[in-house]
Amino acid sequence: MFAWLRRHPSATAYLLLAPGILYLALFYVWPTVGMFLVSLETGTIQTGYTQSWNFGVYPQVLGEYWGDFLNSILYGGAATLATFAIGFPLAWFVAFRGGRYKTLLLFLIIAPFFTSFILRTISWKIILADNGFLLGTLKDLGLLPDETRILATPVAVIAGITYNFLPFMTLPLYVALEKIPPSVLEAAQDLYADPLSRLRRVTLPLAMPGVIAGSLLTFIPAVGDFVNAELLGNPRTTMIGNVIQARFLKVSDYPTGAALAFILMAAILTGVLVYARLAGTEELYGARAG
Amino acid sequence: MAQVDVRLVDVTKTYGSDVRAVDGISLDVLDGEFFSLLGPSGCGKTTTLRMIGGFEEPTSGRIELQGEEVTWLPPHRRNVNTVFQNYALFPHLSIRENVAFGLRRRKVADAEVRTRVAEMLELVELSALADRKPGQISGGQAQRVALARALVNRPAVLLLDEPLGALDLRLRKQMQIELKRIQVEVGITFIYVTHDQEEAMTMSDRIAVMNHGRYEQLGAPAEIYERPSTRFVAGFLGASNLLPGTVVGAEGDHVAVRLDLGPIVRLPAAAIAGRSRVDVGVRPEKIRLGSAGAATPGVNAIPGHIQDLSYTGVSTQYRVALADGHLVTAYAQNIARADGGASALPGAEVLVEWDPADAFAVDPLPAGTEPATDPVTGAPIE
Repeated sequence: MFAWLRRHPSATAYLLLAPGILYLALFYVWPTVGMFLVSLETGTIQTGYTQSWNFGVYPQVLGEYWGDFLNSILYGGAATLATFAIGFPLAWFVAFRGGRYKTLLLFLIIAPFFTSFILRTISWKIILADNGFLLGTLKDLGLLPDETRILATPVAVIAGITYNFLPFMTLPLYVALEKIPPSVLEAAQDLYADPLSRLRRVTLPLAMPGVIAGSLLTFIPAVGDFVNAELLGNPRTTMIGNVIQARFLKVSDYPTGAALAFILMAAILTGVLVYARLAGTEELYGARAG
Repeated sequence: MAQVDVRLVDVTKTYGSDVRAVDGISLDVLDGEFFSLLGPSGCGKTTTLRMIGGFEEPTSGRIELQGEEVTWLPPHRRNVNTVFQNYALFPHLSIRENVAFGLRRRKVADAEVRTRVAEMLELVELSALADRKPGQISGGQAQRVALARALVNRPAVLLLDEPLGALDLRLRKQMQIELKRIQVEVGITFIYVTHDQEEAMTMSDRIAVMNHGRYEQLGAPAEIYERPSTRFVAGFLGASNLLPGTVVGAEGDHVAVRLDLGPIVRLPAAAIAGRSRVDVGVRPEKIRLGSAGAATPGVNAIPGHIQDLSYTGVSTQYRVALADGHLVTAYAQNIARADGGASALPGAEVLVEWDPADAFAVDPLPAGTEPATDPVTGAPIE
């Protein structure tokens, strides 16, 4: 065995890759193919499903659920922008002003993960309730009219997604900002850049790999999310994730659910490829010449 | 008298309650001067430079730039530019845009930016690389980009923080000459921080030799080399032989000092400056080794015998043991072809001779301390 490997060095590489390839084949490629086949079946849960190569399901579900797709992209996009708006100052502060508290601050950013995702989203229900902590106080102070509501509106859904995905934006941004040598920022200062143009001309361009990684890590799962829309939204704020979940688990209409899942995957892949092309693949992989 | 470009008045920087990085420095740097802050690491030279650049605020004292106080002004509002130790080029911008950065922030018209950047790249001979990114050029080239990026703004003063530290020896020598050429050409005041005494001597008009947060001596390279005023300066700049002695009398403008090991030597009265106990200093290359028993008149002479020697081609280094075991280092230029004559062999009796005018004097070590100096370099051993 070992003697044979010594004579065929390239075989060693494949042998080392084998567990990974096997894992991907078993738990990714095979289910994906299976799911695609399911999407082309017809039938009902009572009569059973039969393979009928029904490609017509794709235009049909797209026509029926395009509003939910739109909601998903809108909410996911808005939440991604919001996580950037909150995450960038946060990451900047930890990277440049954190000092000896850096580790503690980073821990605090990921600390919410120690509580269940569902539980945290439900607590937002309490915070955003019509007469809850936030709105109740503002209404009592007369800062908001009594009929103002946030819960069960798109704002609540976006707020929930923003909160839940904030660490996925903040951590890549932190890593990118942390890598910027302080002397480069001093050089910008030395060359007459005021704080704003320092941010625009040096800090932000050098943090681009983090911006791209963070926005992909946030946007992709956010578009497919269904928990936030389910718990914080209303029947008109359903996202595509809610529909897919309902098709599979409530109505047991597997072909429709599978087709929707494929459309979502294709849409996200296209989006990512366009984004990568616009931003430059160099930055997508974080590999760039010093 | 030239105009003062940078004035430090009693500038002090402390960290915490007991670390005095810079301890009450006052000095004037003149317009168009190449001024060096020279000293070992931790002597406060970089902190001093960073305070002039605006990256650190002094704990007390005042900094003036061309007559205006700038002590509390942030870096982007000071008319000084810095060449950083590791160059600190912007990795995402081309060489051209790196050089243009300062002009663009100052809203200089685009056409002017282009001409000035082109001129500056010409000066540092990098026009051909203008469109490359900093990751695609060598260390020596990056160094020149950093210089061009600072100089293009025509600052009142250019600050350089060990800019040649990362280069290899050959390139460093070449860049020293280059830097001096550029400084003369642009006529801008340079303040240069280095721990390399040879580098400082090669380029500077004046040098401040720093130690423990203050400067021990300030003057032209030849002045501080020939007349070091402290033991530290004598040891940090080149090698010195230091021999303790007591002043025993004066004759005209010379003073006689009886060395602790016996002989009496003469020094210029100015070097003694009224002290009674001094260490008489003489540089190894100022010493001639004469034949025993044939002292040259008017010259200081101490008998000893050659302990060992090393031939280095251009010169030969001798170590001569004096009567009390003290070792004196002497360099002899090999003007004629070295043939290993009898007088140069280890064990030979010789006279260590030097001209009284070539000697200097520094404060003696406090009583009871062994004069612990490295016999070869003359540097104090700590």
